[in-house]
Amino acid sequence: MAEIKNYTLNFGPQHPAAHGVLRLVLELDGEVVERADPHIGLLHRGTEKLAEHKTFLQAMPYMDRLDYVSPMCNEHAYVMAVEKLAGIEVPIRAQYIRVMYDEITRILNHLLWLGAVGIDLGAMTMFFYAFRDREDLVDAYEAVAGARLHAAYYRPGGVYRDLPEVMPHYKESKIHNAVDVKRMNENRQGSLLDFIEDFTVRFPKHIDEFETLLTDNRIWKQRTVGIGVVTPERAMALGFTGPMLRGSGIAWDLRKKQPYEVYDKMDFDIPVGVEGDCYDRYLVRVEEMRQSLRIIRQCIDWLRKNPGPVMADDMKYAPPKREAMKQNMEELIHHFKFFTEGMHVPAGEVYSAVEHPKGEFGIYLASDGANKPYRMKIRAPGFAHLSSLDEMTRGHMIADVVAIIGTQDIVFGEVDR
Amino acid sequence: MTTDLKILKSNLTEAFGSKVVSLQERLGELTMVIKAADMLSVFTRLRDDADLRFEELIDLCGIDYSTYGSETCEDGRYLADQPYQGPRFATIYHLLSITHNIRLRVRVFVEDDAMPMMDSVIGVWPVANWYEREAFDLYGTIFKGHPDLRRLLTDYGFVGNPFRKDFPLSGTVEMRYDADQRRVIYEPVSVEPREITPRTMREAQYGRN
Repeated sequence: MAEIKNYTLNFGPQHPAAHGVLRLVLELDGEVVERADPHIGLLHRGTEKLAEHKTFLQAMPYMDRLDYVSPMCNEHAYVMAVEKLAGIEVPIRAQYIRVMYDEITRILNHLLWLGAVGIDLGAMTMFFYAFRDREDLVDAYEAVAGARLHAAYYRPGGVYRDLPEVMPHYKESKIHNAVDVKRMNENRQGSLLDFIEDFTVRFPKHIDEFETLLTDNRIWKQRTVGIGVVTPERAMALGFTGPMLRGSGIAWDLRKKQPYEVYDKMDFDIPVGVEGDCYDRYLVRVEEMRQSLRIIRQCIDWLRKNPGPVMADDMKYAPPKREAMKQNMEELIHHFKFFTEGMHVPAGEVYSAVEHPKGEFGIYLASDGANKPYRMKIRAPGFAHLSSLDEMTRGHMIADVVAIIGTQDIVFGEVDR
Repeated sequence: MTTDLKILKSNLTEAFGSKVVSLQERLGELTMVIKAADMLSVFTRLRDDADLRFEELIDLCGIDYSTYGSETCEDGRYLADQPYQGPRFATIYHLLSITHNIRLRVRVFVEDDAMPMMDSVIGVWPVANWYEREAFDLYGTIFKGHPDLRRLLTDYGFVGNPFRKDFPLSGTVEMRYDADQRRVIYEPVSVEPREITPRTMREAQYGRN
């Protein structure tokens, strides 16, 4: 019999299944993992240190760059922290817009996750399906914020601007002829809300298609069922939150348990797993997309009927109206001071958390009364999840490591910060 | 939520008595300060006591209070007319009880500024492993009893603790590819420190009529 030696394998930092820049040192016995040592920090930009040297408003766009798959949810935690510390009242319409965009972001995140994990486990087609639908959602981002990814749309005190009444149209070009353009513009004739509503009508059928492809697929099940099992007690000890905790059978969702904004007025359910394996986490995320659609529909109904302000009316924490700024000295001074010196947030400390698509995303913000944060700590869900990788992969095959990293939904922007 | 906090407050006073240095409620959040010597017994009780049951350590972070309340001038230096008094480093724990749906913040000051050292809570909550490595990396706090206290986020061979307030924002070294030596080399940083918006303090109600 041949002698089998243990050996150490270096996985990454540039490996397509590492979901970014993860360097994983695997100690193997044959093909079985004995120890996994993730080396992170290759994308460390020092966001928290940078924020200490930026005004409260300048620090906000850094949030987009944390978990770059779901930018608006990151912004949400940050602006909520500033609002709580400064005692800013957010107009109700802005709260509905935020909830709607949080849920759009959740679908955006889960779609990318589904596509990426599909490709990791050999379901190439998922990637194309997922990106077809993501296109409409980033269009919704672009219509409201002007950017398809790094939106910088939520501001302390509300949102940057109200929802637009018209959607931008495609124009004829070398690539698209008149017939093409007409077809592509069909669902863009009305307002942004019409466009999103059209998406919520089309999308459930697409989720059914995804499920036809994966849920009962023999290969998919062989790769995920019974892989990376975490018991509920262990999941809590390891600091799991979000779909990872729910996949292990604990019905914990901040949107229900500690509701923020208008989530207490929304009607939706929380999917919970049973086994705590990769397959359950997949099922939880797919069902979450359906529940997000329900919330989006409720928000659209409300937003159609209730116009109103989307930004707090307090010139110490929100910029003055642009027309007023052009005509009045008072507003001009406020505008100048707001964008140069920035807002002064009262001394104190606060922790605000949102139910991010990946788990609990929290911002700990300490202010000493200056125009910049004294200390900001980002509590990224992926950080706690990835730290348990060693425990989750022990005794599994190398191929299962890929499935486990995949269903942990790791994005290095937030893990490394 | 406020009644829950009141109950938690009385439970904490009852459970820990004189071990509680201070217990403060603000903005709907409860902050407890304890001594570094008591921390392991307090944290174990916080997790196991049926009235408390903080099963999850949500977050652990270091903080450096050395420039608390001071302004900066244009080149980013702190104006030290009112130096901060008190212990420089602290570690802040954010706990979550899933059973009782409540949160608690615990702050532990480190007694020695020159050699910050405290107990590791990895035996209470295993998730503390990476959080403590991160705090060690960024603030230089040493966690006694941690089995594998290595740097986590910074580069291999990095010198210094970047999140301390006396560490410059631009860092100390920069890296580039050297065509002659045909490898990546490190050099002292060439960026001048600058601060576009100085850090300023204003009295309360500044600018309000």
